[in-house]
Amino acid sequence: MTVVLNQSFTGVGIGAVLLLVALGLTLTFGQMGVINMAHGEFIMAGAYTAYVLQRSVDGTGLSLLLALPPAFLVAGTIGALLEWLLVRRLYARPLDTLLVTWGVSLMLQQLARDVFGAPNVQTRAPDLLTGNVSVAGVTLAANRLAILGLALLSVLALTLVLRLTPLGRRIRAVVQNRDLAEVSGIATERVDRTTFFIGSGLAGVAGVALTLVGPIGPTMGTNYIVDAFLVVVVGGIGQLKGSVITAFALGVLQSVLEYSTTVSVAKVAVLVAIVAFLQWRPQGLYTLRTRSLA
Amino acid sequence: MTTTAPPGPASATTRPRASTPRRLRAPAAFLLGAVLLLGAAPLALPDSRLNLLAKYLCYAIVAVGVSLAWGRGGLLVLGQGVFFGLGGYAMAMHLKLADAATAGERLPDFMLLYGSSDTLPWWWQPFADPAFALAMTVLLPMTVAGLLGFLVFRRRVKGAYFAILSQALAAALSIWLVGQQATTGGTNGLTGIQGFFGYDLADPVNQRMVYFVIAVALLLLMAAARQLFVSRYGELLVAVRDSEERVRFLGYDPANVKLVAYVVAAGMAGLAGALFVPAVGIISPALIGIVPSIGFVIGAAVGGRASLVGAVLGAVAVAWAQSTLSDAFPAAWTYLQGLLFVLVVGFLPGGLASLGALRRTRRRAPASVRAAAPTTSAVATASTKETA
Amino acid sequence: MSGLSISRRGLLTGLSVLGASAAIGACGAKTGSDRTSTAGAKADTSGDTVRVGLLNSLSGTMAISEVTVHNALLLAVKEINADGGVLGKKLDPVSQDGASDWPTFAEKAEALITGDKVAATFGCWTSASRKAVKPVFERHRSLLFYPVQYEGLEQSPYIFYTGATTNQQIVPALDYLRKKGLTRLYLVGSDYVFPRTANKIIRAYAKGNGMRVLGEDYAPLGSTEFSTIVNKVKESGADAVFNTLNGDSNVAFFKEYKSSGLSAKALPVLSVSIAEEEVKSIGAPYLEGQLTAWNYYQTTPGAANTAFVEAYQAAYGKDKPTSDPMEAAYLSVHLWKAMVEKAGSFDVAKVKAAADGITFDAPEGTTTVDGATQHVHKTARIGRIGADGLITEVWSSGGPIKPDPYLKGYDWASGLS
Repeated sequence: MTVVLNQSFTGVGIGAVLLLVALGLTLTFGQMGVINMAHGEFIMAGAYTAYVLQRSVDGTGLSLLLALPPAFLVAGTIGALLEWLLVRRLYARPLDTLLVTWGVSLMLQQLARDVFGAPNVQTRAPDLLTGNVSVAGVTLAANRLAILGLALLSVLALTLVLRLTPLGRRIRAVVQNRDLAEVSGIATERVDRTTFFIGSGLAGVAGVALTLVGPIGPTMGTNYIVDAFLVVVVGGIGQLKGSVITAFALGVLQSVLEYSTTVSVAKVAVLVAIVAFLQWRPQGLYTLRTRSLA
Repeated sequence: MTTTAPPGPASATTRPRASTPRRLRAPAAFLLGAVLLLGAAPLALPDSRLNLLAKYLCYAIVAVGVSLAWGRGGLLVLGQGVFFGLGGYAMAMHLKLADAATAGERLPDFMLLYGSSDTLPWWWQPFADPAFALAMTVLLPMTVAGLLGFLVFRRRVKGAYFAILSQALAAALSIWLVGQQATTGGTNGLTGIQGFFGYDLADPVNQRMVYFVIAVALLLLMAAARQLFVSRYGELLVAVRDSEERVRFLGYDPANVKLVAYVVAAGMAGLAGALFVPAVGIISPALIGIVPSIGFVIGAAVGGRASLVGAVLGAVAVAWAQSTLSDAFPAAWTYLQGLLFVLVVGFLPGGLASLGALRRTRRRAPASVRAAAPTTSAVATASTKETA
Repeated sequence: MSGLSISRRGLLTGLSVLGASAAIGACGAKTGSDRTSTAGAKADTSGDTVRVGLLNSLSGTMAISEVTVHNALLLAVKEINADGGVLGKKLDPVSQDGASDWPTFAEKAEALITGDKVAATFGCWTSASRKAVKPVFERHRSLLFYPVQYEGLEQSPYIFYTGATTNQQIVPALDYLRKKGLTRLYLVGSDYVFPRTANKIIRAYAKGNGMRVLGEDYAPLGSTEFSTIVNKVKESGADAVFNTLNGDSNVAFFKEYKSSGLSAKALPVLSVSIAEEEVKSIGAPYLEGQLTAWNYYQTTPGAANTAFVEAYQAAYGKDKPTSDPMEAAYLSVHLWKAMVEKAGSFDVAKVKAAADGITFDAPEGTTTVDGATQHVHKTARIGRIGADGLITEVWSSGGPIKPDPYLKGYDWASGLS
């Protein structure tokens, strides 16, 4: 029983990481249809922001918490810049954005290597987050709990922004019908840039959280990028709740398979399961009803 | 070769009328290519350089398929590493078995070291037969592509989904190969291949032979692909790329049209992988994953995805730059590489091959027509439809 | 149709060329004949300087580790040149970037031997890169000095192995654990050749020496998700973890290890791929108190090591640590010099013949070349990682151990190869 509970929590922990890295993509890929391969490097930018901040502020691990807003801003700004320079010219060719942003991601990785050096760097986590708590015989790692909390908080904030604010209404309007939004007086280009800013910023937030569990280095983003896209694809493009369910489902599936077989087998099995799932539901878990033919 | 006019993207949509000089252009270019590859290169290059060229030409063979599936069919094939790997492993398995037989061993060397059993796994056994192995280098990738394509295209999975699925598959195959060290050689892959159907690969003369085989294969496949491009099927493929719905309403099944292009491209990648093995002497999971799969597409994109010659030259040029420039300036090369992809794919979607065509249209057309130059618009509309 | 005529002509040309090329190829050597008879590039040692090849990954995922080895090699070359060179000739180091890609390693090895005509090559790190270049060096009868601990079971006539083989690192580490009463092991490793082979040896050792292996898990290279593996370790009831993880994965593994409440005291981890450089990038707080097995540490006592650490830090920065692979690389250049001088020639066959018994006062202590296996006698050392990121020795084999790459001298290993 403890094993089952332990593994379930582990799965939720893996899912929380997946959700956090995929959350930004639900906006940039899910809402805008941009395949941004540099998303992983925005995560990296967030992690390095935490590192730089901690070095200059020095002191306790609490500065990691303080790093969240600057990381959002830094990654968001890089994202908005990318949108303004390149992506907006490519809205008509989404597959080409994939290749273009792949080039951008190469350059950003090399930039990190030149600025911070090729070896990994480290941040100090707050003491509170390096321990664990035991509940009913199950050990809950504090850092996983923190990531879970942060992921859920981000989902909540994003939902509120999309549902309740004027900006959210404009974003939804542009996604649902760009032309109609435009004739209604919405500055669609500005909405695009803002959406991209928020999506990229969320990657920065994920980057700070990942310093709790993984390495911080120039190639850290590449570890997460494909998984993140798969979460959004399986969840259904443009569907926040689909991504949330998918992230946790994949996390639990991965942890259960890893427990009963090996990591490689689990990874391959999850990937094959995804391919099979998309045969069954090619539009993902939840679909946005549109009038387009395909 | 470039100056002799590649079949630019323009010809994809507006098929040129067959005036005499135009009709002679393609065979002339082909002959020139044959002379360069089979005559000039082997005479001018020392053995080690020729061997490198052989490796680049293998990438070029993949690019021929990419040009067909992506340039003409609009299918962004980001999983060519899978097919390259299947072909490569099929060939390498046979060569390892042949080497073991020559050395008088029961099993290939790595199995003796890392394996846990004294018998050859059942799925290795048929590869001892050269004819079976040779057939598998092409049939195995084509079967996998056929199965996958049948399911995917029928369900109308397309655009971004298809690209990401392909990547996931490439990742899965490479992780699986790594995990089965006892029977696949793990991360090392299959290395130290010594003979090629009875010929000793250590002998420079035989290395040259391998080069000729690869060069001839490339030329033949280019001729065959060009044949496909100008056939009725080629026109249908471009039509599917540009307006899938319209083709469906005309009574064709776009899924089948795409499937053929996908399967043929996979077969070419498999053949390229098989030829890569004797040329380089190694096949490993590192050649199969996500990064090499993107690499296969990038070369074609830089040269010109819809232009056969452009894609081939692009693949060779990018591979060449990779190995020479990365040596001299490792950091600067990464920036340059990134910048090249951004500029070419972002601002010159027809690739470098479209530069010539672009200049020609500019000279001829007044400003108003320029905006709708076929080179850029053809590709642009193509991709719009992909994810619509 | 115009298309048809093109293709027919193309096919004809192609086929005729195919026939011609087959005819050209037909005169090559067949397999099974003497493999090196037709190839073999002569090293160019006629001038005032002699070229030596340095083959490391200066870019890509392995660059983090291999650049330090490259630096150590350059340091050794510089020292030898300042000392008058080898046989009166200065060394001219030629660096090639293997780019963390195995086919590239083979390609660059070929370029060094045939293009630069180097007298010897130093480098490679991963087993995969070594396996990729091995046929190239054998074909050209050129020498490679390989400076990293590895999985054994290899003995190429054209490679000198200056890092530890299994009986100089893994076997002593197991002896140490057994002596400490830590007999129930959990094996965690990255999914590649070294961990899988090492774990095969560990299982054989455990069977023959009354130890138990409670579990064995591999993570794909570069993997950063270890929560399930750590859960398994925790539930297994093991006394110690034998860790063969590589690179970035260690960061995630040790962070997970700590946050799940495990510690060096309760369940020590013995790592064989974490040296001073890696400690720095994982973070000493996560590693404090854990064990490592190597032949050399930055803190190893002796005048030779003090001089080495000082020279290295003077050249590359005060805060740069030195590590076992760097020391083995540094040592390899000096060993080669001694071999060449004993042979009185750069000729590969003569250098090989002179190799047996060559000694060098290395930072790790006096090392001797074993001519029969082309490995080096090395002292095994178990170390504990400190809060300052340095590793201090807690146990050593007392003296150099004779290399035994196929573990022929161990009864329990009889079924291994």
